[in-house]
Amino acid sequence: MIVSGLVIEGLEASISGSAILTGVDLTVGSGEVHAVMGPNGSGKSTLAHVIAGRSCYDVTGGSVRLNGLELLGLPTWRRAEAGLFLTMQAPIEVPGVSLYGLAMSSKCVRIADNHQHRQVDVSGGTTGEDSAVNAQDAKQDARAAIDTAISERVREESQKIGFDERFLDRSVNVDLSGGERKLTEALQLGVLSPSVAVLDELDSGLDVDAVRLVARRVKKAVEDDGLGVLAISHYNRFFEYLKPDVVHIFIGGRICASGDAELTDIVEAEGYERWQADTDQPAGSEDAKSELFDDPFGDPFADRLI
Amino acid sequence: MSHFTVDTARALPGPDWLKDRRTAAAEEFIAASMPTESEEEWRYSPIADLRLDSYRLADVGEVADHEMDDKMAVGAIAEVDIVNGCLVSVAGLQTLTSHGVTVQSAADYPAGRDLLGSVINGTADYFTQLNDAFTPTPVIIEIPANTMLDGVIAVHHHTTHNGVASFPRLIVRVGANAQAQIVNVESSESGVLVVPVVELDVQHAGRLSYVNLQRHHPQAWQVALHAAQVHRDAQFVNLIAGFGGGYARTRSATTLAGRGATGNLLSAYLGSGDQTLDFRTFQDHAAADTTSNLLYIGAVGDTARSIYTGLIRVRPEARGTNAFQTNRNLKLSDQAWVESVPNLEIENNEVRCSHASTVGPIDEDQLYYLESRGIPTQTAERLIASGFFEEVLSTSPVKAVEQEIRNTIAAKLDQQLRIAEHAIG
Repeated sequence: MIVSGLVIEGLEASISGSAILTGVDLTVGSGEVHAVMGPNGSGKSTLAHVIAGRSCYDVTGGSVRLNGLELLGLPTWRRAEAGLFLTMQAPIEVPGVSLYGLAMSSKCVRIADNHQHRQVDVSGGTTGEDSAVNAQDAKQDARAAIDTAISERVREESQKIGFDERFLDRSVNVDLSGGERKLTEALQLGVLSPSVAVLDELDSGLDVDAVRLVARRVKKAVEDDGLGVLAISHYNRFFEYLKPDVVHIFIGGRICASGDAELTDIVEAEGYERWQADTDQPAGSEDAKSELFDDPFGDPFADRLI
Repeated sequence: MSHFTVDTARALPGPDWLKDRRTAAAEEFIAASMPTESEEEWRYSPIADLRLDSYRLADVGEVADHEMDDKMAVGAIAEVDIVNGCLVSVAGLQTLTSHGVTVQSAADYPAGRDLLGSVINGTADYFTQLNDAFTPTPVIIEIPANTMLDGVIAVHHHTTHNGVASFPRLIVRVGANAQAQIVNVESSESGVLVVPVVELDVQHAGRLSYVNLQRHHPQAWQVALHAAQVHRDAQFVNLIAGFGGGYARTRSATTLAGRGATGNLLSAYLGSGDQTLDFRTFQDHAAADTTSNLLYIGAVGDTARSIYTGLIRVRPEARGTNAFQTNRNLKLSDQAWVESVPNLEIENNEVRCSHASTVGPIDEDQLYYLESRGIPTQTAERLIASGFFEEVLSTSPVKAVEQEIRNTIAAKLDQQLRIAEHAIG
C-alpha cells in the first residue's frame, strides 16, 4: 500500500566514514505535523540533508519514500519535483539569482487556472514561415503569462509572511539578516507547494512576530493543502503555534522516544537527560557522566562504555 | 612574403602627415621583432602561433561589398559603420552635428594630427606600431566642451574575408564638462586578424561611458589596445564584454592623469570551445586623489582558457590614491583553464589599494540550494553562472547594452550546457 506522505525506514548515513544517522524510522503522513527535538550534534540537520539528497553524505542503509516514491538515489531536484521541500538552517547566498528567477526556474511552482497546463502547439499544422513565427511568438507569450503569474504568486506569499517586497528582486539571501533569510525560506515553502516539508530550525533567527506569521503560514498549508511537516527546532514557541501531532526526541542519530506535544514541555523543563541515558552514545563531559550514574532510568552500564 | 612593408604603409591614402606617420611606424615595426611568450606581458598567450605573413590588407572592394546587417540594437542616436578599418557611413550625423559633435576621418579633421596617438603614448608596442602603420581611416569622435549628449553613439567595426588583417583606429575626445556614451561593437568573419587601437581622452570634469562589445568569429584573432586618459575631476566608466575570438587579447591601459579623476573599469567575459580570452590591465595613477575601481568577472567552459593579469601603479605624486582590482573567475568544466595574476606597484604611502582574485568551479552549496527548490541541475548551473556576471552587468554604464550582454551570456551558456548534456547522454 502506498502511504501518502514521507516514510523513513532504517535510515543510516555517514560522513567521511563516521556514522551520523544510526537507523531512523519515521512516518509523516499528509496533513500531519511532526516535531523533532534533540541536543546539538545529534544528527537532526544531517537527517534533513540526507532526505533532501545532499551529496556529501553516504547513505549506508534504509529507505526514504515520498508518496510511495523511493527518494534515495534520486538527484536533489527530482526529490523536490516529487514534492519534498527543505528549509535550510543556514540558507545559502546565490549572487545574481533573484527569488523571481528561482521560482520561474523551479519545477515545483503550481499556478492557478489557465496558465498551468496551457500548451502551445509549436509544430502546428502548417509549415509556412509566418505560422512558425506566430507559434514562436505564442510560445513566448505563454511563457510570459506564466512568469507573470509566478511573480504574482511570489508577491502574494511575501505579503502573507511580512517579507519586504523590495528583497524579491535582489540576489537570494545576499546581504540579508538571519531572520530575513528564514523568511525567504518560508516564502519559498508557500510558492513551491510541496507535499512534505522538512523545516530545519525555520524559526531560529526570526523575531516573535515573524515566528507567529511563519508558523501560521505553515499551519495553513497543513490544514488547507494537506502538507506533511517534519519540523526540527529547539524552541517551544514555534511548536505552540505549529501544534505538532507527534514529538520525536532525536539523540545519537536516531529517534529514541516519541510522544504527544507534552514531550516538548519535558524537554523545556529537564533537557534531554532522561533520554540521553537510554542511548548507546555516552555523554561527553565528566559532569554528564556523574549525572547519568545517578539517573534511576539511566543505563546502569553506561560508565563502562566510557 | 609579408604584406606589411614600408611600401604598403606608404601607399595607403591620406594627407602627407598621415602617410609620413604610417611610414615611420612601419619602419619601426619592421625593425622590431614579434613579442614572445617569455615576455611578462605575453605570458600564457599563444602568440607564438601567430603567422603574421599569412594575413593581408583588405582590398577596397572587400570594404564596399559588405553590408552591416547583423547590427545590435542599442537605441543609438548615431551609428558609425567601419569595415576593415575604413569609415563607411555615419547614420544620425544630423543629430550629432546639431550638438557640435564630430565623427570624421582623422585625415580630414584639423585636429586629427594632434589627436592621433596622443593617448597611447607610453603604452605603445609591436601591435600598436602595426596599427599606426596600416590603419586606413583613423576615426575621430569629438564631443565639444559643455556638450551633454543624451543617448548612445554606436560604432560597429566588422572585419571581412578569411586572411584579412584589419587595423581599426578610434579616437574619442570628450571635452571639458561634456558627457557621452559610446558603444563599440567588434565583429568579424572566420580567419581574420584584428588589431584595434582605441584612444579615449576625457577632459576636465568630462564624463565618458565606453563599452566595448567583442563578438568576433570563433576562428578570428584579436590583439586590441584600449587606452584612456582621464583628466582632472573627469569620470571614465569602461565595460569590456569579451565573448568572441579564437584568441582575443584586450589590453586596457587607463591613466588617471588629473587630480580627482575616476575610472570604473569593468569586464564580463565568457569563453567556450577552445577560445583563449586574454586581458591585461594597467591602472596608472599619475595624479593626487585619483580613484580606480576594477572588476573583471569571467567564466570559461569546455577547453577554453582565460588569462587576466593586472597592474596598479601609483606614482610618487599620486598621494590619496584609491585603487582597487578584483578578478573573479568561474570554471565551468574540468578542462577549462584560468590564470589570474594581480599586481601592485606603489610609490606613495598615502594610498588605499587592494587586489583580489578568485578561480573556482560552480559552488556546490549554491547548486544544492537551487536544486532543493526543484531546479534541474543544468538549469541551476546556468542560473548560477549567469548570476555570477550580475555584479558587473547591474553596474553597466550603458543600460541599452546590459540586456544584450545578458542575452549573449545566456545563449553561450545554453550552448555549452547542451554540449555537456550530449556528452553525458
